[in-house]
Amino acid sequence: MSIEIKTNSVEPIRQTYGHIARRFGDKPASRYQEASYDLEAKTNFHYRPLWDSKHTLNDPTRTSIRMEDWYAVTDPRQFYYGAYVGNRAKMQEAAETSFGFCEKRNLLTRLPEATQKQILRLLVPLRHVELGANMNNSKIAGDVNATTVSQMHIYTAMDRLGIGQYLSRIALMLDGSTGAALDESKCYWMDDELWQPMRKLVEDTLVVDDWFELTLVQNVLVDGLLFPLVYERMDQWLGEQDAEDVSMLTEFMRDWYKESLRWTNAMIKVVAAESDANREQLQAWIDQWEPQVYSALKPLAEASTGIEALDETRAQLSTRLKKFQLQSQGVSA
Amino acid sequence: MSQLVFIAFQDNDNARYLVEAIAEDNPEAEVQHQPAMIRIQAEKRLVINRETMEEKLGREWDVQEMLIDVISIGGNVDEDDDHFILQWT
Repeated sequence: MSIEIKTNSVEPIRQTYGHIARRFGDKPASRYQEASYDLEAKTNFHYRPLWDSKHTLNDPTRTSIRMEDWYAVTDPRQFYYGAYVGNRAKMQEAAETSFGFCEKRNLLTRLPEATQKQILRLLVPLRHVELGANMNNSKIAGDVNATTVSQMHIYTAMDRLGIGQYLSRIALMLDGSTGAALDESKCYWMDDELWQPMRKLVEDTLVVDDWFELTLVQNVLVDGLLFPLVYERMDQWLGEQDAEDVSMLTEFMRDWYKESLRWTNAMIKVVAAESDANREQLQAWIDQWEPQVYSALKPLAEASTGIEALDETRAQLSTRLKKFQLQSQGVSA
Repeated sequence: MSQLVFIAFQDNDNARYLVEAIAEDNPEAEVQHQPAMIRIQAEKRLVINRETMEEKLGREWDVQEMLIDVISIGGNVDEDDDHFILQWT
C-alpha cells in the first residue's frame, strides 16, 4: 500500500481586524497598525461630557489646527505599548547602572561644596519643569482624537515623569537620601530670581487650552531650547567645573531628546504641510511663544554657560523649523 | 542549473517588515506565502538593504537581526553592515 502525503493549507478568512483592513487592505498588519489606528470612537455620542459642554467626546475642534485625517500623524518609531515599554526598559537599565556606579563610588558627594550647590541650583529644579511637561502631555493625550497622536503624547508624559525622577535622584544622592537637597532645590525654584521667568512660563503653559498649541510650545519650542542648552551646553560647562560625573546621570536625557526629535519633527512636518491655514496658525503660535521661551531660559544661560550657548541653540531651533517652512527669530540681533 | 536565488522566513511580525522591504528593493522578486513560511525568490539576485529596513521599522536595525527569522537561503551570500545580498556568480 502506498501512502501519499499531502499538505493542506488553510487560508485565514481575515488577515486583520475590519477597521485596519478598511484602511490598509486585508493583509497581515503590523502590531503598530493594529494597536494604533482608528481606535477612538468618532460617532454616536449621545451626551456631551459634564466637564466640557461645548464639545463632544473626542471632538476634533479642540484645536484650531484642521486635519483631513489626524491618523496621518504617525510615530516614526512605531511605538505601541509593548514596543515602548521594551525600549524604555533597556534605556532604564543603562541609566540604573550609571546611578549605581556613581552611588557606589560617591562620585557626587566628593565634589566641592560649591559645585554641589550649583547642581542643586541650576540642574535639579528642572524636575519641576518636567512635572509641567508631564501634565501638559497628559492633557494633550486626553484631548487628541487619534490614537497615533495620543499615544506619542502619553508615552512622552511618562518619559517626563521618569526624567523628573532621575533629576530628583541626583539631589538624593547629594544629601544621602534625607530629602534636604530636594527642599533646597525647591526653594531655588520658588524664590530664586533665576527661575521665576521659567516658572511663569511653565505655569502659563499649564492653562493653554488648544492642545496642538500646547504640544508645539511644550515639545518643540520649550524642549527645543531647553534640552540642547541644559543637557549639551550646560553639561559641558559642568564638566569644566570638574563635575563630569553628572554627565553619566543625564545621559538618559540626551538619548531621550535625540529620539523624541523624530516624532516631533514628523508631527510638525505633516501638520504644516496639510494646509496653508495650519502653517499660518503654527507660525502665529511660534511668533507668540518662542521669544517667551528664550527670555525664560536667559537667566539660566547667563548663570551657567553664557548667553552665546542659548543663542546657538536658538539658531539650531530656527534651522529645524525652517525645514517645515516655519520661521523663528533665530539669534537676536 | 537553476539561476533562482531564494530566502525563506518564518511568517511572523518581524518577517513581515523584511518581506515588505525586500519586495520594495527587488520589484522583480516573487513572494510566496506558504503555511507558516514566506519564501521570496528571484532571478540571480536578491538584496536586503539596511536603510530600507530601518525606514520600515522606524528604528536602527542590524543586518544580522534578520537571521533570527530565516529558515533557509539559496545563493552565495555577500554581507556587510549595509546589506545582505544573495546571488549566483
